[in-house]
Amino acid sequence: MSDPIPADPVLAVDGLSIAFQTRRGLLPAVRDLSFSVGRGEMLAIVGESGCGKSLTALALLGLVPTPGRVTGGAVRLEGRNLLALDEAALRHVRGARISMIFQEPMTALNPVLTVGEQIMEAILEHEPVSRKAARERTLALLERVRIPDPARRFAEYPHRMSGGMRQRVMIAMALAGAPAVLVADEPTTALDVTIQAQILSLIDELRREQGTAVVFITHDLGVVSRYVDRVLVMYAGRKVEERDTRDLFADPFHPYTQGLIAAQPRGLIAAQPRGLAARSQADARLPGVARERLTEIPGTVPALAAMPPGCAFAPRCPLADDLCARTVPPPRPAGSGLVACHHAGESHAI
Amino acid sequence: MALPDTASLPPTRTDFRDRTVGRLLRRPSALVGLILLAGILAMAGFADIAFPGDPLDMAGTPLLRPGDAAEFPLGTDMMGRDLASGIFHGARVSLLIGGVAALVSLVIGIGIGALSGYYGGRVDRALMRVTELFQTIPPFLFTLALVAILQPSIATITTAIGITSWSGLARLVRAEVLRLRNSELAQASIILGASDARIIFLHILPNTLAPVIVSASILVATAILTESSLSFLGLGDPNVVSWGGMVGAGRETIRTDPHVAAIPGVAIVIAVLALNLLGDGLNDVLNGKGERR
Repeated sequence: MSDPIPADPVLAVDGLSIAFQTRRGLLPAVRDLSFSVGRGEMLAIVGESGCGKSLTALALLGLVPTPGRVTGGAVRLEGRNLLALDEAALRHVRGARISMIFQEPMTALNPVLTVGEQIMEAILEHEPVSRKAARERTLALLERVRIPDPARRFAEYPHRMSGGMRQRVMIAMALAGAPAVLVADEPTTALDVTIQAQILSLIDELRREQGTAVVFITHDLGVVSRYVDRVLVMYAGRKVEERDTRDLFADPFHPYTQGLIAAQPRGLIAAQPRGLAARSQADARLPGVARERLTEIPGTVPALAAMPPGCAFAPRCPLADDLCARTVPPPRPAGSGLVACHHAGESHAI
Repeated sequence: MALPDTASLPPTRTDFRDRTVGRLLRRPSALVGLILLAGILAMAGFADIAFPGDPLDMAGTPLLRPGDAAEFPLGTDMMGRDLASGIFHGARVSLLIGGVAALVSLVIGIGIGALSGYYGGRVDRALMRVTELFQTIPPFLFTLALVAILQPSIATITTAIGITSWSGLARLVRAEVLRLRNSELAQASIILGASDARIIFLHILPNTLAPVIVSASILVATAILTESSLSFLGLGDPNVVSWGGMVGAGRETIRTDPHVAAIPGVAIVIAVLALNLLGDGLNDVLNGKGERR
C-alpha cells in the first residue's frame, strides 16, 4: 500500500468545482474536490448516483458535458493543468497520457469494425507507426489483456464477443497509448460477478505491471475493496472522507461512510452479522454502526437546487446539530487521510 | 486465465458481406430487381456489339411495328430509326446519368448532413437553412430551369439533377449523425483522443451506411425518371439517344403507332421498378427487419 498522499502524484486534482448552467443560475454539482494519485496507485471514488463522481471522471479528461462547466480548480496531469489546455492540445493528451473505460463496452465499440482494427486505429491516432507495426502492437495488447488466441480475435466484430471480452478489448484500446492514468467509470457494473472479478484483477495486474495510476469510479464499495489502495467517498458533490482502504473499512469516520459500509449486504467487517434479516428501529442509529446492524441510510440525497447551507448529509445524519446545519465541515486530517465532518472522532479518537 | 466464450467461429469481413448478400438474394422482390438491373446493365454494356451503328441514324423503313421485319425486332420510329438500338444505347445514357447524378447528390448530401449533424450549433443552422431553401423549390422545375440556363448536355443534366436532389439525403444523414454523435461510441472516441475527421469517417459515417445505401438506390431511380422527363420535354442532350427522348419523339404518332412511345416507356418503367425493388430489399436486409446481424 502506497502513501496516502503520494510525493510526486501523476494526477493531482486541486479544488475542482463543476456546476450546471441553468436558467436559474449555476447549480454546483462538484464542489472543491481535491485528490491525487501516484504512479501505479489505485484510488476508488465511491458515492451514490448523482454525487458527481462520473462528472469528475469526465472532467479528468477535460470533458464536461453541457450544460455543465468547470467553475474552479485545476486537474494536473504530470504537472500540466488539463483545464487550461485547448481542444487540440487535449486531443493529444487523451488516449495518450490519460484514458478511460466505461460501463457498457458494447456501445463504446464500433459495430462495423473488427476489434483489431479499432485498437489499431487507437494506436495510429497517436503515433506515426506503420500499419504493420500497429498490427503487431495490437496483437501484443490483446495478449496483455489475456484474450486467448489474439490473432483470431483480431478479426472479430464486437457483437461476436461476450461482455467480459468486450471490456478486455476496451481496456486494450485504452492502454494502446500507454497512458499514465486510467479512469475506470464503473467498468464492471454491466458484467456478472465472476467476470467482474476477472476484469478487476486484470486492471490490478496491469497497473502493477505498467505503473499506470487508476482512478476507479464506482457506487459499490464492496467490489473494489480488495483491489484499491485508497478510497475517496463523495457525497452530494463533496469529498466527505478519503482514507487508505484498510483503515477505512476498519474504522470509518464519517457517518455517511459508516452507513455505506454497514449497508453492504455481505459482512465486509468481521463484527457485522451476515444478511439483512435482523433489521430493527433501534439499529437505525449511526454511531458505532460498524459494530451494529444497519442496512440502510434513511432519507435521500438532497437535490442540487435544494442543497442545505451546511453539511449536505446533515438531514440524514443522526449526529447532526445546529453547527452541521449552518456550516460546511472543512476536511481535516484523520488517520491515514481526511474526513469532512464536525462530529467525527467524538465517540473515539481519530 | 482463459475465459469461456460465447462466440464460436472466427468471422471475417467477407463472412459478414456474404451473409448480407445471401439474405438479399433470398428475398424474391430484391432478386427480381437485381436480375432486371443486371439485364439493363448488360444492355448498356453490349450496346456497341449488338447495335454497332449510330442509333440516331435512319436504318430502315419508318414506322415498322415489332415483328414486321426480322432485322428490326422492336420496329422503327417515324424517322426510320431502329427502336431496339435506341433502347440499348439509351440504357447507357439513363444509367450513366442516373448513377453519376446520384453520386453527386450523395457527396453533397452526406457532406452537408455530416457537417451539420456533427458540429451542430451555428454550422447546423446555416446548413439546414440552405437545405430547406433547396427543399422549398420543386426539384423538377429547379432542374428544368438549371438545364435550360446551362444548355442541355449529359454533363449539365447530370449536374443539375445532382444539385437538386440531395436535400432529403442531407437531412437523413444529419439525423443519423446527430444520433451517433451523442452515442457512447463517439464519446469513447473523443476520450481516446480521436480527431474529428477520424470520428466522422471511421466511427460515424460507416454506421449511417444502411439508410444511405437504401436511399441511393431510390436516388438513381429518381434521376433516371427526371432525365427521361427532361428529354421528353426536349431538354435532353440532342447528341445522344435517351429513353425519355424516344418517348417524346413517339408522341406525334401515339394514335397510329403507339409502340414507338410505349417501348421506351416500358424500358423506363422496368429500370425504375428494378431500382425500387432493390431499394426495398436492401431496406429490409440492412435496416434489420427480421434477423439481427
